[in-house]
Amino acid sequence: MILYILCFILFLVGLFGAITRRNVIKIVLGICIMEYSLNLLLILIGYMEDGVSPIVVKGGESNFVDPLPQAMVITVIVIGLATTAMLLAIAIRLYKKHGTFDIRQIKNLKG
Amino acid sequence: MKEWIPLFVVLPLAGAFIIPVAGSVWKSTGRVVTPLLMLFLTVFSLLFFSFKPQVMVYYVGGWEPIDGIPVGIHFVVDGLSVLMLAIINVIAFAASFYSLSYMHRFTGDRYFYTLFCLMVAGMNGVVITGDLFNLFVFLEIAVISSYALVAFGIEKAELEASFKYQVLGGVASLLILLGIAVIYWQTQTLNLADISVVLQEAGNHKTLVFVQMLFIAGFGLKAAMIPFHAWLPDAHPSAPAPISAMLSGVLIKAVGVYSIMRLFFNMFAISYEISMLIVIIGTVSMVGGVFLAIGQWDFKRLLAYHSISQMGYVVVGIGMGMVILSVNGDQRIATLAITGGLFHMVNHAIFKSLLFLNSGALEYRTGTRMLREMGGVADQMPITSASTLSASMAISGIPPFNGFFSKLLIIIAAVAGGFYLIAVLAVVVSFITLASFMKAHRYAFSGIPKFKGKNMLKEVPFTMGLSMVFLASMCLGLSLLVIPFLRDLVLAPAVDALMNMLHYSQHIHGYTL
Amino acid sequence: MTNIVKTISRFMSGVVFFFGVYLLTNGHLSPGGGFAGGTVMAGAFVLMVLAFGDNIMHLRKTKEGSTIIENLAILMFLLFAAAGMWLGAKVFFHNYLDIGVAGKLVSAGTIPLFNVFVGIEVAAALFTVFLAFVIFKEEEQ
Repeated sequence: MILYILCFILFLVGLFGAITRRNVIKIVLGICIMEYSLNLLLILIGYMEDGVSPIVVKGGESNFVDPLPQAMVITVIVIGLATTAMLLAIAIRLYKKHGTFDIRQIKNLKG
Repeated sequence: MKEWIPLFVVLPLAGAFIIPVAGSVWKSTGRVVTPLLMLFLTVFSLLFFSFKPQVMVYYVGGWEPIDGIPVGIHFVVDGLSVLMLAIINVIAFAASFYSLSYMHRFTGDRYFYTLFCLMVAGMNGVVITGDLFNLFVFLEIAVISSYALVAFGIEKAELEASFKYQVLGGVASLLILLGIAVIYWQTQTLNLADISVVLQEAGNHKTLVFVQMLFIAGFGLKAAMIPFHAWLPDAHPSAPAPISAMLSGVLIKAVGVYSIMRLFFNMFAISYEISMLIVIIGTVSMVGGVFLAIGQWDFKRLLAYHSISQMGYVVVGIGMGMVILSVNGDQRIATLAITGGLFHMVNHAIFKSLLFLNSGALEYRTGTRMLREMGGVADQMPITSASTLSASMAISGIPPFNGFFSKLLIIIAAVAGGFYLIAVLAVVVSFITLASFMKAHRYAFSGIPKFKGKNMLKEVPFTMGLSMVFLASMCLGLSLLVIPFLRDLVLAPAVDALMNMLHYSQHIHGYTL
Repeated sequence: MTNIVKTISRFMSGVVFFFGVYLLTNGHLSPGGGFAGGTVMAGAFVLMVLAFGDNIMHLRKTKEGSTIIENLAILMFLLFAAAGMWLGAKVFFHNYLDIGVAGKLVSAGTIPLFNVFVGIEVAAALFTVFLAFVIFKEEEQ
């Protein structure tokens, strides 16, 4: 159980970083940390004691770990790749326009 | 018909990837392919209305259920999905036809059409999928392409808006993913119908409340309900006009409100507390959005705040239905409330995308979005002026335009269900909406003409004008949906899909209680 | 870059590339598959650009090419998936080829084909993203 709680704490660490940091790159890193904590959580959900990797070989092992969360993790990694690439591309463009990564100086719009 | 359901995803995806390849040989591929594709999808989605209300299930890859336990991904098309598909593809067609002239000024418009097709593919996927994780994947396809489209102008404001949108959207996606992970942990399945069956067998569970809160926060962020609305007034005005129309008209509905409806009606058992929370969020958005809107002088920003307010109406309608169902109240009032909510969702898609297209037309000719800098445009741009007028009347609920009837249904349901405060607020908000659009007309269209002599304005090009006229006539035409025959054809199947909460899982699972 | 880096990366990128191809083609038999193989293959290209790529015009041309390859790979993937709607059981994503014997290299029907196209797509996409960032940085100077 402690592992699940640690995953959740990692998620909150990422959320804290994404919300409180002032540097654009650090915000991106915060979002990445959230995503990795979820990947860990998904793998943990599929894990079982003494399980082997879910590949069918001759002889027929039976005690597999759950393969579905692993497939989900691959998908989440791909999505995270796209999100991170987009965020970084925008961050670089912002740096080019403003000459700084500090969001206090970038802020023009007011939601 | 059933065997062609995947085309809703396959065709826009194929279009999205053909355009950059063929576009390097023949420059205007995107301009030709996209509107034709959207026209085909529109006709195709409208064809689904001709079937009797039934749930169509498509087993992707031929993975049929084994012993009643679903394996693989299902595409499920029921009344609600058909309604959403029709909205998405109609608006997508109008917006893509409009962009033919509008996007001429931007460089790299083939990337625009690629991203546009990807966004449509993502939204269509969200609406037809019957699998929780698959819904997440399609949602990400739709929103990631919308991040890029918001930043399409690559100026300071666009980049900043897109960054804000991406950070909040990314947090929302991860909250949804956390919810999905916990659901999978508890139920060991991802199929919506299967989850609902497992949850019913397990009875009331503590972690469920946690998951429901995560989903409300996540999808609420995507739908820009009021505590989570900070990104919308920046992101929607920054995008090019046809994309603003798509974002405000369809995206926040398809990935936000549709997902909330599908998950909370057909997957979770409705509980009173969660329903009340949804009603409260909706009411706060309805009232708060309009008060934020009234002080705006930027036309597109004003429209963006009105989107929050009008989506509040939709959520209030749906939420009141949920509350009444959760306390086993009168079924007819619940039906009325949900009908009102769905009807307003359809109407909002039409008139809000029309208003954004109009704002784009004004910007195209006058070069500004600020209402104070325009003036006397009405004589010089009659089509734009007339279509804006009809859309403004529709959004402020003046008969005989469509917005009147849907607001009326919501208000009647609120009175009949005993939500008197909501009824009063709905009427008041409607008046304030009218006032803020009167202001827009007063400053932009009537008054002293500011563009004279050499600066004389011309009417917008043909394709932009035609899309606006098409949507404006829809504004009038959709009020016909209150006629029982048309209502039974279009709205009733969608309402049934929500009202018979268990029907969804029973039909797919083959499980009877 | 110095001569040592250039020589070593010339050797290494070949090895890395073929390891990627191995992962990709054995994806249906062992851990690996399209995404992992594609990422490793992209790594080989990235290594080459880091060692040799300082000509921005050349990089731009490479990026155009990799974008086209990426799109073509997705189109082929989509075509094979949609072909299931006409072949075999007439279902989208249906595995209409012969399943074969489990454990053989040519088996599992369409899955190795999908893996190959996913691998090409991922390699091209990652490489394009990398090139886009590199070009961005070069333009700065």
